[in-house]
Amino acid sequence: MPSLAARRLEWALPILVLAALLLAALILIPMGWLLYVSITRSEGGGLTLSNFAQLVRDPDMLQPLLLSLGVAFAVSVACAVVATPLAWLVARSDLPGKRVIRGLVLASFVTPPFLGAVAWEILAAPFSGLLNESYRRLFDLPRKDHLFNIYSAGGLVFVLATYTFPYVFILVTNGLERLPRELEEASAILGAGRWRTVLRITVPLALPALLAGTLVAFLQAMNNFGAPAIIAIPAKLETVTTRIWELFQFPPQPGLAAAAAVPLLVVTILLLQLQRRLLGRRGYQVVGGKAGRADLVPLGDWKAPALVFAFVVVTIAVLMPYFALVLSAFSRTLTISLAPANLTLHNVIFVFTELSGTNQALWNTIVLGVGTATVGTLLTLMIAYIVSRRALPFSQWLGFLATVPLAIPSIVLGVGLFFAYTHPPFVLYGTLAILFLAFLTIEMPIGYQQFQASFRSLHADLEEAGRILGAGRLRTLRDILAPLLWSAVVSTWCLVFVASIRELSAAILLFTTDTKVLSVFIYDLNETGEPGAIAVVGLTMLLITFAVIGTAYSLPRSKLTVPESP
Amino acid sequence: MRFIGFGAVCLAGLLSSTGVGWAAGIAPTPITPELIQKATAEGKVVMYTSVEPDLIQGLGKVFEGKYPGISVQIERTGSERVFQRISQEYAANIHTVDVVNSSDAAHFIYWRAHGMLAPFVSPEMVEQYPDTAIEPDGTYASWRVTLSPIAYNTQLVKDANAPKSFKDLLDPKWKGNLVKASPNYSGTIMTSTYESLQHLGGWSYFESLANQDVLQMQSALEPTRKIASGEREVAVDGSEYFMYALIDKGNPIKIVYPSEGVPMITSPAAILKEAPHPNAARLFYAFLFSQPVQQIMVDKGGTRSLHKQVKDPPSHVPLSAIKIWPEDAAAVETHSDEIKKRYRDLFGG
Repeated sequence: MPSLAARRLEWALPILVLAALLLAALILIPMGWLLYVSITRSEGGGLTLSNFAQLVRDPDMLQPLLLSLGVAFAVSVACAVVATPLAWLVARSDLPGKRVIRGLVLASFVTPPFLGAVAWEILAAPFSGLLNESYRRLFDLPRKDHLFNIYSAGGLVFVLATYTFPYVFILVTNGLERLPRELEEASAILGAGRWRTVLRITVPLALPALLAGTLVAFLQAMNNFGAPAIIAIPAKLETVTTRIWELFQFPPQPGLAAAAAVPLLVVTILLLQLQRRLLGRRGYQVVGGKAGRADLVPLGDWKAPALVFAFVVVTIAVLMPYFALVLSAFSRTLTISLAPANLTLHNVIFVFTELSGTNQALWNTIVLGVGTATVGTLLTLMIAYIVSRRALPFSQWLGFLATVPLAIPSIVLGVGLFFAYTHPPFVLYGTLAILFLAFLTIEMPIGYQQFQASFRSLHADLEEAGRILGAGRLRTLRDILAPLLWSAVVSTWCLVFVASIRELSAAILLFTTDTKVLSVFIYDLNETGEPGAIAVVGLTMLLITFAVIGTAYSLPRSKLTVPESP
Repeated sequence: MRFIGFGAVCLAGLLSSTGVGWAAGIAPTPITPELIQKATAEGKVVMYTSVEPDLIQGLGKVFEGKYPGISVQIERTGSERVFQRISQEYAANIHTVDVVNSSDAAHFIYWRAHGMLAPFVSPEMVEQYPDTAIEPDGTYASWRVTLSPIAYNTQLVKDANAPKSFKDLLDPKWKGNLVKASPNYSGTIMTSTYESLQHLGGWSYFESLANQDVLQMQSALEPTRKIASGEREVAVDGSEYFMYALIDKGNPIKIVYPSEGVPMITSPAAILKEAPHPNAARLFYAFLFSQPVQQIMVDKGGTRSLHKQVKDPPSHVPLSAIKIWPEDAAAVETHSDEIKKRYRDLFGG
């Protein structure tokens, strides 16, 4: 294996080196610019730390940071509280309808938080929200009474938690499914009851996965731009991400924006280190199944309450918001009502035939999605191959580089890319290329970790047989590995595609009129306040997503991974 | 008819332009078959605007019907975003926009000072618009005019209880019932905020208003939508034209012209010097100022027009009956950064 690679330097080597250099450049160029701008004086140049000083001293900068951290903490706690029991029910109990629950959690996983935020505005705006309206009608209450107010810090936490709990769910379910069965059996043999075993054995063993998932939820919440952009402004709140975006408005303050991005970067890196320690060397991201199915815990009398709990969670995360979007898309007046006379196709017709920009945004999104997915899949396939077969010296470094983007929040990368590619020698701003670079970098870890898992399960014997029979490295890759990896290739392609088309945090800083994507288009519509049109565009985006996900999951051996630390 | 003519004259008089009327600094360019031919060869025109999307998309369709072969691409966002996007794109040497419209007239002073505008007037503009509507050097002209009054939902507020003035909105009974747009996004609101500062006694008015638990939106279209849907009872501000547009569609909204006076917002348009489709830009620009288009904007969009032949629908309150605060674009330009910052400190948006 390593010896074989070391002995033979072949023409594949330059390609592999190129991949390594490309990877390094993708990350180092924007991050270098980010740091450079953050310590450069905006007028006249020269080095300065004044941007960082302002970060600490100016309440306009400090308060958003505190709010972001507070919201992220609340979201991660909420995710843990909701996702852990749900994960246990799905992984270890005899709850019926598990496939449906998994499917709906997955739907919530792929729903962009900004779209969720729009849907929850329709549902839970204090006075016009559907839920509040129904509540008042039900109890015949005066107009000012309301159950929910989405325009609040609580509302922001709620929406973010609704679309980040799947991270905890997936990590904990995977963790639970991989637990060694013997310990639970031993506990049972020693006379412990089922629940005692759950509490004393299962829970402590699943704790690392839970903590790791909670950290991912924390980072997702802290680094999200879409949900706070939609909910926080009416609530008079500002997070770091909305503040960074604000600093790009006229008159732009690039140095301060760059400096404001640094705390996000630092917190993300630190927490990912912590997560890595918790999980140890062994990743939990792989859907296992080798250990054989553990016994499922019969729920008995608890079956009905458990079902209700699961139903409530998926209803809140998926069913209600989707219903709100569909209703809004096909309703005539601004007051949403279920009366048939209020139904209309006007919004659909307006969005696709009159509103200029829809079709271009749709086209840009698909071009970028296909481009990112195709190049990303090929690149990460190569990198995973190099790393897993140690085909190059320092190949472990390559694996590290491929997962580094996890530690770079999308909006931070967006800031870096903006500086890097609006200046000579590489002026890419105004073209789709800059968005392509952003998406490629952001989605790299997803692709890499998918393939890494696949390579682990494929023994090198087959390739060596090919090599011994005289095939070159690339031919081996093409003729032996590719057919074996085919379903991994397709599912990676689909995952990267889906992740790219929902990206907003970086795109919001990098788009121009001609390079707008659907997510930015929805953001623009939201500022104008076109709920019907937003719902139509959002549903279109979801339809594309589900069509692609459906393709991926109709294949055998498809897997879903969650970002893990580099 | 005569009455409306009078309104337009009044309106023209209120426009405090920096110039002294059309000084023949630039000769009108006729719309010749040659121009149309060149424009058609370019095939496309791109407008960045802050006007309501439904209205401008409709006008785009009319243009595409009149001049087959030229497609209209609209980039609609708030005036302050329009300004920011052009700044960011021009800084990176990206020239996408042909025709621009913003409700923050101060933007045009900035663009002209930076040599970014191409002078152009059509014969119809010279003949049918008051001198004050067109800059003497022809770099920009007042395309549409609107006000920023108060409005309320008639199902939620009885007419007798409705606010009569801006100061009425400080009554505790409106706490939690108000919705408002932001000068950080909307040029209409930037202008109206500046005018309110002049006429309502400075920032102390906004400080008191900020204690009323106001729902803060971005676009000047949003407050009207939020009262139409019943999310709030009273809109503190917002584009009058969109209020009329929603009233005409049957929404339960009434406009109040506050007793202190109403901010007036002129929304100019201009052609960019670096326009990638210069001829299509000129053709489209002339089209936007033409009588049929202005009449559509008034009838369907609820805007006010400076075109002498355009008639307000009878259901719209004539400007002559409204106490109007004249605007001062130059002063807005000087104060806009400060207004944006102080406003965000107070209202968060």
